[in-house]
Amino acid sequence: MQLIPCPWCGPRDEVEFHYGGAAHVAYPEDPQSLTDEDWARYVFFRDNPKGPFAERWCHTASCRRWFNAIRDTATHQVLAVYRMDEAKPVTS
Amino acid sequence: MSLYRLPDRGRVDRSTPVTFTYNGSPYTGYAGDTLASALLANGVHQVTTSIKYGRPRGIMAAGPEDPNALVQVETPFPEPMLTATTVELYDGLVASGLSGQGRLATEPDPARYDAMHQHCDVLVVGAGPAGLTAALTAARSGARVVLLDDQPEAGGSLLGTTELIDDRPALEWVEAAVAELDSLPEVRVLSRTTAFGFYDDGFVLALERRTDHLGFAAPEHLSRQRVWRLRAKHVVLATGAHERPVVFADNDRPGTMLAASARTYLHRYGVRCGQRAVVFTTNDSAYQAAVDLADAGLEVAAVIDARPQSPAGWAAECAERGIEVRSGHVVTGTTGHERVIRAHVAQLTDGRPQLRSGIGCDLLLVSGGWNPAVHLFSQAGGRLSYDDALGAFVPSSSLEAVTVAGAARGTFQLDGCLADGGEAAQRALAGLGRPTAGGTPPRPSAAHESAERPLTLWTVPDPDEQHAGATQFVDLQRDATVADVLRATGAGLRSVEHVKRYTTIGTAHDQGKTSGIISSGLVAQSVRAGIADLGTTTFRPPYTPVSFAALAGRDRGHLHDPERVTPLHLLHVAAGADFEDVGQWKRPRYFPRAGEDMDTAVLRECRAARESVAMMDASTLGKIEVEGPDAAELLDRLYTNLMSSLKVGFIRYGVMCGVDGMAIDDGTVMRLADDRFLLTTTTGNAAKILDWMEEWLQTEWPDLAVRLTSVTEQWATVALVGPRSRDVLALVAPELAVDNDSFPFMTWREAMVAGVPARVCRISFSGELAFEVNVSGWDAVTLWEALLAAGESYGITAYGTETMHVLRAEKGYPIIGQDTDGTVTPQDLGMSWVVSKKKPDFIGKRSFARAENQRADRKHLVGLLPVQRDILLPEGAQLVADPQIGPPPVRMLGHVTSSYRSAALEATFALALVKGGRDRIGQTLYSTVGDELVPVTVAEPVLYDPEGARRDG
Ligand SMILES: [Zn+2]
Repeated sequence: MQLIPCPWCGPRDEVEFHYGGAAHVAYPEDPQSLTDEDWARYVFFRDNPKGPFAERWCHTASCRRWFNAIRDTATHQVLAVYRMDEAKPVTS
Repeated sequence: MSLYRLPDRGRVDRSTPVTFTYNGSPYTGYAGDTLASALLANGVHQVTTSIKYGRPRGIMAAGPEDPNALVQVETPFPEPMLTATTVELYDGLVASGLSGQGRLATEPDPARYDAMHQHCDVLVVGAGPAGLTAALTAARSGARVVLLDDQPEAGGSLLGTTELIDDRPALEWVEAAVAELDSLPEVRVLSRTTAFGFYDDGFVLALERRTDHLGFAAPEHLSRQRVWRLRAKHVVLATGAHERPVVFADNDRPGTMLAASARTYLHRYGVRCGQRAVVFTTNDSAYQAAVDLADAGLEVAAVIDARPQSPAGWAAECAERGIEVRSGHVVTGTTGHERVIRAHVAQLTDGRPQLRSGIGCDLLLVSGGWNPAVHLFSQAGGRLSYDDALGAFVPSSSLEAVTVAGAARGTFQLDGCLADGGEAAQRALAGLGRPTAGGTPPRPSAAHESAERPLTLWTVPDPDEQHAGATQFVDLQRDATVADVLRATGAGLRSVEHVKRYTTIGTAHDQGKTSGIISSGLVAQSVRAGIADLGTTTFRPPYTPVSFAALAGRDRGHLHDPERVTPLHLLHVAAGADFEDVGQWKRPRYFPRAGEDMDTAVLRECRAARESVAMMDASTLGKIEVEGPDAAELLDRLYTNLMSSLKVGFIRYGVMCGVDGMAIDDGTVMRLADDRFLLTTTTGNAAKILDWMEEWLQTEWPDLAVRLTSVTEQWATVALVGPRSRDVLALVAPELAVDNDSFPFMTWREAMVAGVPARVCRISFSGELAFEVNVSGWDAVTLWEALLAAGESYGITAYGTETMHVLRAEKGYPIIGQDTDGTVTPQDLGMSWVVSKKKPDFIGKRSFARAENQRADRKHLVGLLPVQRDILLPEGAQLVADPQIGPPPVRMLGHVTSSYRSAALEATFALALVKGGRDRIGQTLYSTVGDELVPVTVAEPVLYDPEGARRDG
């Protein structure tokens, strides 16, 4: 079982967390002005890279706060975590 | 004293004889024996027959790597698939040999199982020389150390040898080391504990067997086994190595054993495994077994060394004892039936055995070299590489928080192991930023120097060329042979993983601890590839078998999942309610009276609600308080309809959708104050909806000043339903104006009800005049009893979820998650009215405009009336257009989502999702009922009181 470092609580067992998919997919400014295709891209399409991936996680079983993490999808290693209002850190 | 038990050796307790039964025969052993050592002490080698060919099979090893000696233990509780080499002997043990398959107990296991959680700085797996040194070094620095070992006592390989450390018997050093560790407050030493899985970030699972060895004397208050969930900052793996055999014809004959195992039986258990031994080896280690056995009075007929040159030092030792050494020779096969009586020996020239001769023996010891136990290292993500000199895979990558020490990394000499352990601990301490404390490293006795490298030999060519390899067993448990491996590669398989699945080698209880690498070696030879390139099969947890009971621990029965009950639960139990699980909640499903089944009870409960008054515990409804200056704004963004226009004191029904426009929940929203709302969710959806709201609030709209709080448990809710509900409420809330003008539909009031403060809502999930009374959980019983008393003269009737479902379904109210499946929009549900046209945006709005969501043939929620009025359609039944099912594919039009018997309609009815359903009202469709198709009429979903005349009483 992996340890995920919550930016508020510190490292905790992965079972305490809830996965929230790709990070930095902003809700469109004006959804009604989008074409069906552009809207569908927002709703349904997500990247699925092998390697570092910015994701949202929620520390559901504890502080209930959402945060962002950069995780290597091949090794599961969490390379960085950052709060919602922090900029995406640069990872190698 | 039997012929095979020596009076002066071993660590068994001769003052405590133990009687046991094996395969129906009584035997005697000693405390400290394993079942295997006790059988061997009684001259019993054959323990079972093999699964496929029924061949006699014996004990081959002294530890968990044994591929043969599977037994079924019968007492004190039946347990299948244990290895005789790991079952500790106890008085009254009854066991029998297994041919591959065991038998589970039919009665429930009375034992308790448990879990333990432990964090530590350094976890050391294995209490052999390397592990003990590592643990001592780490512990002396003050680090929190856990030392695990699978044996009853520490020592590892030292338990089966005669080495010296610091000029005294090694086990005296072991004893002192354990005593020192035990004296340190931050150290925990766990024996009979097997680390079976290594997961991410230093997380190790280990199984501790606490009472198995006590048999009938196991105290009831102790858990039988427990799983340790260990989280270590650094893990030292000192897991040792397993000796492997060389494969030759009829190598499965009982009496054929691994050489070091025979040595362990001698030194640890005082057991001579036979009277006349032949030792077949490819390396130096087996010489020690030959010499020790000879010193214990066995006749060692010969050492057969496959290497062209035997090691000079060992050859001299053998000569001293009159043991013949034949270098450049191999064992090609055996004679015997239930026990080996002769080893076939031949000279090896250019890799081919020459003329054979027989050497009589009842014990054939084999050593093909040693496999480091790299299982945990590999599970931790460590890479392995093939070491040509050892003929084995060894750890080759460096893991930040894992260090391998001793034989587990291919260091087989005692001095190397002791040094390794110390260095491993120093590496761990350095990583933790702890200084190493002083102390003198232990000093072992000198080992034999050898100039002869081990020879890697997987198999000896089969002299029987016609049936080559057919009796050369690679995996004895699976009865898989060299011929099977060659058949696999002949069929074109190249990957060792594929060969494993094709031959089943390495898939038994022992997971190929002795056979895996031999199989890889054979594949490499056969396909002319390097074994280094082929690699190994994956080392998956568990290292040794773990029972499901141990994994489950206490999470069984009613502790399997948390049970949530309302403050009224005990009253419901006393009232004889039949309960159903809704999420984790226990909810009364119906309240049967004497002689009633569910149908009868539900019809009675429904009638009470429609004709007089009935009440239900609705406390499980999810309740979320939304507070803050932007509370109304948040709700406007999340609900499809407008919530900001709701006035204080009023209630509105609302639906939430995902961004895809599909309904995810519905409920009511009460406005408590300008900046305060209380919303309800479907019982099973409460946590999900709170998460959903938090997600938007925290990730997308952190600028909104709103706080969300779950208040589900703070409020107990009783629904008071029926034409006489107003009369009952008036009796218990004399100060509350309950008439329709003072207290209209979809409003709420604060009032004293039954003498306790309450929030009363006028909402209805049944179409009847109804109230929902919310009180503090502490006051729930007071309220419930007061309502029962006040309603007595009206025949007030408690009802459960089943009646609630019938009442709501008669009114066409969908349950999100039952009548929807994540592909249903509010419009599909016939609720366009709940979707705001005014709001510029809300979650899901844009999706409603997608072409897919405009299609006329989307599935709509409709009612169904079976033409034959008493047929109850099964929920989930498929709907088709034709009375005959044609050839497939059959076009499905939809399915039944809810189906009930209605007292009010005096008929059965259903809700269904049907393609273009609203355009089919009045049409006849066909529903599957078992193997039959029955006609049903499509109807409006609101089947009862469509004009809503009953709402205000
Ligand atoms: Zn947290």
